[in-house]
Amino acid sequence: MSETIRIPIDCDADIIVARQSGRQMATPLGFSAVDLTMIATAISELARNIIMYAQRGVIELQIQQSNGREGIVVCARDEGPGIADIEQAQRIGYSSSGQLGLGLPGVRRLMDEMKIESRPGKGTVVTARKWRS
Amino acid sequence: MPVPILKQGSNLIVTVRSALTDEDLRVLQRAIVDQVGRYRSRGVIMDVTAVDVMDSFACRTYRDIAQMIQLRGAKTVIVGIQPEVAFSIVQLGSTLEGIATALDLEEGLSYLAELERQARPE
Repeated sequence: MSETIRIPIDCDADIIVARQSGRQMATPLGFSAVDLTMIATAISELARNIIMYAQRGVIELQIQQSNGREGIVVCARDEGPGIADIEQAQRIGYSSSGQLGLGLPGVRRLMDEMKIESRPGKGTVVTARKWRS
Repeated sequence: MPVPILKQGSNLIVTVRSALTDEDLRVLQRAIVDQVGRYRSRGVIMDVTAVDVMDSFACRTYRDIAQMIQLRGAKTVIVGIQPEVAFSIVQLGSTLEGIATALDLEEGLSYLAELERQARPE
């Protein structure tokens, strides 16, 4: 495991810092231009969810090696209201903020893996990985 | 940070740079809608060649801008969507439905010119 980069997410300008850092971290791994843009877009959505639902939180970025594969791990953490029904939150069209119902299912499609851990009142941790193909 | 809006004939050309914050996009939205009226513009070209990420908020803002411009009596064309950005928009499940798009500035201008020609009685 390499070192983790932590980007505090507090305002909309931080969304851009987070996605640019992700692109920067993933570039030396040899991802294609399409993959790099998908990673940056996924980070943008995750950071936006933090602002929208929890006001503040953090995006953590890390390079991971596993079974000869190399990839990037994006972890979005907040201590916001949490998600009561995780399955529902992953369905297309669902949005409890009434704004955009495609955040999490979209991130799932942009990345290779996604895991959501959340409890109401305890915040949310979304971990997404993309492996270099 | 301001986004340059260039008046060219009856069109406005907006060169969107990369890394616009949400607030920048909202400011841009107001500026375009305002200038369409001030310059009596018939068309607006939004050049996103330099934009490296279009997330769901950006797509929605562009859709809103296009609809506001339409309500002000002008047409919008988005030009220069990069191939990897197009790929990501589709994977994300987002859309720019209802907005005309063209490959680049040149194609965008000829699209608007064609619309003008069709609108003019022979």
